Amino acid sequence: MLSDSQTMAVHGETNNPALLHHFATEEQQKDASNFGMWIFLGTEVMFFGGLFCAYLIYRGWYFGDFGAASKSIDATLGATNTAVLICSSLTVVLAIYAAQTARRGLLLLMLALTMLFGCAFLGIKGVEYKQKFDEHHVPGASFSFDHVPIPGHPDQYANPRHAQIFFALYFIMTGLHALHMIIGLGIFTWLFWMAWKGRFTPEYDTPLEIGGLYWHFVDIVWIYLFPLLYLIDRHP
Amino acid sequence: MSDHSKSSPLKTYFAVWAALLLGTFITYKAAYIELGVFNSAVALIIATAKALIVALFFMHLKGASEKLLKVVVISTIFFLFILLALSMADYGTRRWS
Repeated sequence: MLSDSQTMAVHGETNNPALLHHFATEEQQKDASNFGMWIFLGTEVMFFGGLFCAYLIYRGWYFGDFGAASKSIDATLGATNTAVLICSSLTVVLAIYAAQTARRGLLLLMLALTMLFGCAFLGIKGVEYKQKFDEHHVPGASFSFDHVPIPGHPDQYANPRHAQIFFALYFIMTGLHALHMIIGLGIFTWLFWMAWKGRFTPEYDTPLEIGGLYWHFVDIVWIYLFPLLYLIDRHP
Repeated sequence: MSDHSKSSPLKTYFAVWAALLLGTFITYKAAYIELGVFNSAVALIIATAKALIVALFFMHLKGASEKLLKVVVISTIFFLFILLALSMADYGTRRWS
């Protein structure tokens, strides 16, 4: 059922070793890979969606307690991390641009910068987690959140049990996001290795684009986590 | 990758990057201003705008030729909407004690 031009492509008209035999053209192969990644990201949206749903329900129930708990997190670190992730997304698209214009040096530089930003994000996250451990804000036996006023109601204290649920959601959501970052760093290490070996050309950059889609998705998750976890009830 | 986006994607990329940083700055600053119920609304609207431009320009959803791709993206958003809307409809209207 192949047309003439497709048959020619199968028989090596383009002479691309990356073209697998069950695909008619490079374009078709690329579309299939892209499509698969987007379906995976769809399942990821539902995966994180359940957590966002849990957050919304508890935020509705324990409105003031969540505000008080959120205020104890360093929002400046969160904002810095947002900027770091945005910069890493820029370097990802620049890496793909470099591959498509056959600039190997720029490609390697951009992939390295992406990993550097990724590590910076995890480092800042580590500083933030350490603060929470020092303040005994980690859910568990040593959790303590006593006599913290509810924003807007200085005469009322937040219920520590309710605040604990905020911190549980905070650690699960940011932890799961950090896990995605670590997996992303693994993928980009592999992409860097492939780029080092010169496997990416203007004709073939599919792994870069697929890896990039994943990275941008993790960025989008953070774009929502930042205001929901760090910025609620900040105003005096 | 179609040809028109190859002509000069750099300008778009840097513009999107600047817009994302600006959006982050505005979200951060707006959180410290008393807006009542609109604080959350402003934060979520900016977050959605940022997510949208990341998807459109960085993830190349704009200019994607595959119709199937659009079906996947739209159905993802639709199912997320079902998850959130039906759950909130339940928890919002029922008396849990």
